[in-house]
Amino acid sequence: MTQSLPFPPKRNPQKPTQVPTVPPMVRSRAALGLGVMAAQGRFGLQVCAQCQAVQYPPRDACLKCLNDDLPWQDVDPTGRVLAETTIRVSPEPYFRERMPWRMGSVKLNAGPVVNCHLHGEVGRGDMVRMALKLDKAGQGVLIALQLEGSENMQDDPVLRAMSCDPKRRRVLITDARAPMALALTQALLNAGAAHVFLGEPEAWRRWPERAAYAGMENVSIVPLDVTDVSSITKLSAEIGGKVDILVNTASFTRPGGVMGNDTTFARDAFEVNTLGLMRLAQGFGPAMASRVQDGVNSAAAFVNILSVHGLMPDPAYSAFGASQAAARSITQSLRSEFRGSGLRVINVYIGAIEGDPWFSTLPPPKVTPNAIARATVQGLVGGLEEVTCGDIAKDIYARWQNDAGLLEREITGGGS
Amino acid sequence: MRRSYEGVVLTAPVSVPYVRYTNETAHWWIAKALREALAIIRMTPQEIDGLSVSSFTLAPDTPVGLTQHFGISPRWLDTVPTGGACGVAAMRRAARAVQAGDVDVVACVSGDTNRIDSFRNLLSAFSRFSMDATFPYGFGGPNASFALLQDAYMQEFGATREDFGHIAVAQRANALHCPHAMMKKPLTLDQYMDARMISDPIGLFDCVMSCAGAEAFVMMREDMAIAKGLPFARIASTIERTNAFPDDPIQLRGGWAVDIDDLWAMAGHGPEAIDLLQTYDDYPVISMMQFEDLGFCGKGEGAEFVRKHDLTIGGDFPHNTSGGQLSVGQAGAAGGYLGLVEAIRQVTAQAGGTQVENARRALVSGFGVINYDRGLCSSAAIITGANA
Amino acid sequence: MSNIIEALAGALASSAARIVDLTHTLDPDFPVIVLPPEFGQCARFRMEEVSAYDHRGPAWKWHNLTMNEHTGTHFDAPSHWVSGKDVPNGAVDEIDPSVFIGPVVVIDCSKGAAQNDDYELTPEIIEDWEAQHGLIPADVWVLMRTDWSKKSGADYLNMAKDGPHSPGPTPAAIELLLKRNIRGFGTETVGTDAGQGAHYMPPYPAHYLLHGAGKFGLQCLRNLDLLPPTGALLIAPPLKIKGGTGSPLRVLALVTA
Repeated sequence: MTQSLPFPPKRNPQKPTQVPTVPPMVRSRAALGLGVMAAQGRFGLQVCAQCQAVQYPPRDACLKCLNDDLPWQDVDPTGRVLAETTIRVSPEPYFRERMPWRMGSVKLNAGPVVNCHLHGEVGRGDMVRMALKLDKAGQGVLIALQLEGSENMQDDPVLRAMSCDPKRRRVLITDARAPMALALTQALLNAGAAHVFLGEPEAWRRWPERAAYAGMENVSIVPLDVTDVSSITKLSAEIGGKVDILVNTASFTRPGGVMGNDTTFARDAFEVNTLGLMRLAQGFGPAMASRVQDGVNSAAAFVNILSVHGLMPDPAYSAFGASQAAARSITQSLRSEFRGSGLRVINVYIGAIEGDPWFSTLPPPKVTPNAIARATVQGLVGGLEEVTCGDIAKDIYARWQNDAGLLEREITGGGS
Repeated sequence: MRRSYEGVVLTAPVSVPYVRYTNETAHWWIAKALREALAIIRMTPQEIDGLSVSSFTLAPDTPVGLTQHFGISPRWLDTVPTGGACGVAAMRRAARAVQAGDVDVVACVSGDTNRIDSFRNLLSAFSRFSMDATFPYGFGGPNASFALLQDAYMQEFGATREDFGHIAVAQRANALHCPHAMMKKPLTLDQYMDARMISDPIGLFDCVMSCAGAEAFVMMREDMAIAKGLPFARIASTIERTNAFPDDPIQLRGGWAVDIDDLWAMAGHGPEAIDLLQTYDDYPVISMMQFEDLGFCGKGEGAEFVRKHDLTIGGDFPHNTSGGQLSVGQAGAAGGYLGLVEAIRQVTAQAGGTQVENARRALVSGFGVINYDRGLCSSAAIITGANA
Repeated sequence: MSNIIEALAGALASSAARIVDLTHTLDPDFPVIVLPPEFGQCARFRMEEVSAYDHRGPAWKWHNLTMNEHTGTHFDAPSHWVSGKDVPNGAVDEIDPSVFIGPVVVIDCSKGAAQNDDYELTPEIIEDWEAQHGLIPADVWVLMRTDWSKKSGADYLNMAKDGPHSPGPTPAAIELLLKRNIRGFGTETVGTDAGQGAHYMPPYPAHYLLHGAGKFGLQCLRNLDLLPPTGALLIAPPLKIKGGTGSPLRVLALVTA
């Protein structure tokens, strides 16, 4: 059985921080599709549109009928381990640091035979459930897991390296005033987070909800305003080396279309939602990226709570939507910049939040702070990149993936 | 019935002694083998009208670049990318071209360089499927891929590490008679068993040592070889297959099993007539697989076969008489030539210290290119002495 | 030494006269007035480095600033309020500079403010002060000292569930000051009005009545406890912003030693 993750000892300040290495990063274009699936937490492979043959390794023409229409679909993840080996020698620095490394050959019920990582609890002959996970190179890789989860299975070192599990880690939630901040704090602590820092902007402006944090163990409220560079610089100088997971909850919303409006609230929306994100990345990103291999409580993820309307705006909230689209673009650039370090950028897309006064006129369904907290923790545990939370977000995201042009016409052009 | 290889012969077996690491390029090593072969057949480079090259480390060149590099103008140029199967593959293509009269003299060369970072560089760009679907999983290289294969083989057929050890030990004994073998010390079964594991169940002495080196031979018409007074070998039969048994979940049999009856039929005899066997020995388990798939024993009986036979030069089943890659070293694609070149020496009585008495018929088997999870290329040929 | 300007310069040089700084440092954490969220808000003070003797500018350091006209220690012009929108020369670039330097009186409400966050400046308190120091002259600045500037952070804005609580004048107090024809009114809090000033009639009487009468305001002052009740000179020139309704500024007072 997997050993429970130890509590990390105090850092030895005389020891240099281990520079992160990453597994092999290069993939063919077709193989990048594995990463698209892993980013969403799906087990999917190419399935020939003509003869239904499941393809692996990813390729450009069907292995049965040469057809080139090979869409990615969810497939049966179960299989059996045919053979296993324990690798003890590798010229690749990432694996060399982690020897010995177990590798298996699994026959999927869906058809193909795959090379894969093995969870510590599975071996030759076992029936397994395959998962596609993002490794530290940000590439989709296969890992064979037990059919039934076990108590500490997340603590298996191979699996933990593919997740951003908050267990034993320290989290910075950037805006304590955000509607989901309290629920998120509780969910993270329940998931085993060692400490939660909560950023409080404008402490000079009292807010009654602050009292809910009083007396919470392993929780600290610290000054942080994402619109103020000096605030970020100051906090990152103090705790930057202790932030393993950052969850950006800072958000500014005002209703309004484009015309009949001015740009002052739009500016505030970009200042908080877009530039605030940039400043956080500038202030905390480099230190986090350098600590991805820093023991049990290594840095793991930069999480953004984004509105799904960054993909397709609600025209009644045009500036807000634009700022979210811009923020999403920033996260995409960040993913590229964090590639070599293994730091994951996770986007949690939500719709209107239940109880948020700025969306009070919208009809249900709305997403609750508890649901957002749950989805965020699940995204961290799964090591995902794209998480949709709530019915609205799931619906918009799916329609956007399917046909963005059609979605635009549905929202703006009289779809019934 | 396939056409015989009448009228075409193999001459000038050349092995350029391997080194572990070199600063020289593949071009340099190939040129060295070519020069030596030309000296034996007493021709100038410009008289070569056919060239077949196999190499993994010529980039950014292909053999086309070699023609201008070497100042030759062949009317027949081939590049054979089938890795460990390339010797036999190169030979059978060149043989038909000579028979058809498209070319008179084909120099067949294989060579590779080996620098400090060659192994890692070679692996990382080895094949698309390896890049996508094997190396991200521990980057154990071929050692890990074959460890999976051996793991399955051992479970399926009950072979033990000792059985594989016997093959390695016998080959090392053979290598001690080969002056240019990289491995110069005897190997006992205890040493084999006690050595450190590389990728369980594959241990240190299951693995070949990557080197730089080159091998060559020359194909020509029989009448030309006689006119020049060159010792020569004939080709009795050949087979080749790529991506055999694609639906086998794991590779417990190689492509030889598809066409092996064809090999014996073309030769006109069975395994009992073979005097020595050169298998492609990237790992002892693959040699064992070849014993089975070539017809020397039944599937799954390889371990028992090894226990029952003496695989040394003087034994009842001489196998990999110069020591094979396991003891001589693997000079990249030249590993695909090693067995064939040694077989030519054997059947032309030029093998020196590794000579098997009365060697008349040799079976050479090739295997190569772990594109993803199995060796895709297989080849085999029966080579005979001039008077066999 | 016949020239009074030279005499003043000499007095400053010899510390016979001193300059008192009545200005809060402009910094990102200094509170600003907070309006109901659906209204446009007062931009907080933000500084963004353009370069700092580095690759962005090797030999120099400078910042871009973001703020509202009413951020930090600031001047209110008549055009700031609806009641003053038609006052001639009501914008900061139009006001005659002669009014930027002038005499100032300080009414000490610090004891009351220490006891009561909503302490009011009333006509009675003003008349009480006048009984001691004489009638408030025309065209002077009147500053309400509360020592509120010694508070910081959440205590300064003092936001509660029903809004902010800080001292300020009643409508009647402003009307009395206008009868005296003062030049302008200043406070240590974030506005010239009390924190709960919305509940007066008219709402925000200091803004409404002062600016309607073409008078000026000063806010977020400090060090009023270093000023004499009378006899000091206030220096408060706002930035010359085109059509501006106010600006952050350096407010200084000249006092004798």
